[in-house]
Amino acid sequence: MMKRFERQRDYYAGALMILIGVFAGYVATTYDLGSLREMGPGFFPLILSVLIAGLGVGIVASAGGKEGDAYGPMAHGHRVGVDLRGWAAIFAGVVAFIVLGAYAGMAPATFACVFLAAIGDRQNTWKSAAVLALGITAFAIVVLSFGLRVQMPIIRGF
Amino acid sequence: MFWTSLVDLAHGFEVALQPHNLLYCFIGVLIGNLVGVLPGMGVLSAVSILLPLTFGMQPVAAILMISGIFYGAQYGGAICSILLNLPSHPPHAVTCLDGYPLTQQGKGGVALGITMMGAVFGAAFGILQMMFLAPYIAKIAFSFQAAEICSLMLLGLLAGSTLAKGSPLKGVAMTAFGMLLGLVGTDTATSIERYTFGHYELADGIELVALALGLFGIAEFLRSVNNVAPVNTAYTKLKFKDMRPSKAEAKEAAMPILRGTLVGSLCSLIPGTGPVIASFIAYATEKKVSKNPEKFGTGAIAGVAAPEASTHSSIQGDFIPTMSLGIPGDAAMALLLGALIIHNITPGPRLIVEHPDVFWGLVASFWIGNLILVFLNVPMIGVWVRLLTVPYRYLYPSALFFICIGVFATRNSLFDVGVTLVIGVFGYLLLLLRFEPAPMLLGFVLGPRFEENFRRALNIAHGDLGTFVERPISAFFLAICAALIGLQIYARIKKARAPVKLASTAFD
Repeated sequence: MMKRFERQRDYYAGALMILIGVFAGYVATTYDLGSLREMGPGFFPLILSVLIAGLGVGIVASAGGKEGDAYGPMAHGHRVGVDLRGWAAIFAGVVAFIVLGAYAGMAPATFACVFLAAIGDRQNTWKSAAVLALGITAFAIVVLSFGLRVQMPIIRGF
Repeated sequence: MFWTSLVDLAHGFEVALQPHNLLYCFIGVLIGNLVGVLPGMGVLSAVSILLPLTFGMQPVAAILMISGIFYGAQYGGAICSILLNLPSHPPHAVTCLDGYPLTQQGKGGVALGITMMGAVFGAAFGILQMMFLAPYIAKIAFSFQAAEICSLMLLGLLAGSTLAKGSPLKGVAMTAFGMLLGLVGTDTATSIERYTFGHYELADGIELVALALGLFGIAEFLRSVNNVAPVNTAYTKLKFKDMRPSKAEAKEAAMPILRGTLVGSLCSLIPGTGPVIASFIAYATEKKVSKNPEKFGTGAIAGVAAPEASTHSSIQGDFIPTMSLGIPGDAAMALLLGALIIHNITPGPRLIVEHPDVFWGLVASFWIGNLILVFLNVPMIGVWVRLLTVPYRYLYPSALFFICIGVFATRNSLFDVGVTLVIGVFGYLLLLLRFEPAPMLLGFVLGPRFEENFRRALNIAHGDLGTFVERPISAFFLAICAALIGLQIYARIKKARAPVKLASTAFD
């Protein structure tokens, strides 16, 4: 399964670019195109869209060759695949920051964001995550709120 | 010219030595060094997080600090590569090849000492180059009009996307896509909202910070979470006195440092060839001229000295096109350009004349900052080495929070935090498909300015596309563009004949 993805990677990559190019190009034609002399808002986006779609075709066309991985020593050794627990934690952390930032204030938002994200790492325990979250919250209150005056109240009044 | 540069530099030192500027320069290089040392932290995300926090600061202090992060991280990145064999900072990936074997032989300290020598020499050369070349280049660029600026930008974009690592086709596609993202929002010429799909929050465009942190922060976390190899901390006990190279070792490093510096400074003059490429070329050159090339990869001093010197000379030289032409060579400089714009400094050839405080203050701060970095790294190496052992499970939750608050603080918008998450997921998809996100940032920053100049150039020429080739300077830039594309095609055909991997040729 993974091997197959490796082999077909460039087909997907090219297809994605074609998709983006066609979509953006379609949207561009809904704006005024104008002329070369007086370009409308749609002109330049259309050029870019055509270019992107064209490059997508090029990527598909050159796919499947025996192109080696040009990354060489830069490869990080990451596995391909989604770590569900980690992903859920990152999403939950960011969403918690947005929701609590809007309704509860910076301190709860910070704590929730760090705590939820930390729980996503399998090596963290509830306790270590809570300690880390408390530490960052304290830092945020002192440095970001008092020091740099970030415009979000520490606790929002009810 | 020589003399005026020195007078201006003296003024720059006055600016850079003002206590608060000095403090921010120090904070910048300190954070840079820290980010460089911590495996799994990127320079681009560090700068993006701090960018919104500089809004309240004076422009000079902000620019000094942000620049400090860039070159400071190069000092830290070398430590990470040599002692841990972790190429978490691309310019130092090559250093792993010989740096880590040296560490295994118990000579990690010496490798770091050599690195410091190379860093100081390379940086000094790069700064001198900037001092004397940037004002000249800016002077030439004074006469540029829309058509010339357009062609020059095209050259920068093309070089930035084809010469970077990975497939050139994908690189150009990413640049074009980045330019498209840069157009999101209200069109300045006609006040029509483009690609906002009814979200009024997008009327001012996608926030640069949100894009950078989505691509280089969240996307990276999504890939790395529960997926990083534990750090091997076997070699992280190191003391100050281990760093002193013997006389023979210093002699062995001298010529490679000189050659590496020259390679780095040449690379920085070609737009788009940043420190990463410079370090690769320096390594390959060293291997070619060496009397015993078989030693490379097993702990050759030259294999550490040359790439490190070239990285540092090209990272300082990288500032030249950004500050003198307003055209950044890579994603890092694109961010710096974004910072300039945020602080109401118009980048371009007039910057040096109109904002001498910024330019000469920056040059002076480079001298000061590199000096601080040597003092930070040489006597205090033990502290930094201990930081290498901070585990990822503490780093990434903290970094995620700083991303959220950083994006929020840019324009007090929680909507932007959501945008960052979306960009992050999309960025992960791009990484999975082996697209390099860095050219996207370059396109994003230059896209709107390219469109503006493209429109203006054609308006002046009454819609005649010939204007780009009829104007000699513009034609010259376009000729280089064509040569770049030709070179890529030639390399491809050559590669198809002899199926050698691209990366491995750099080491043969």
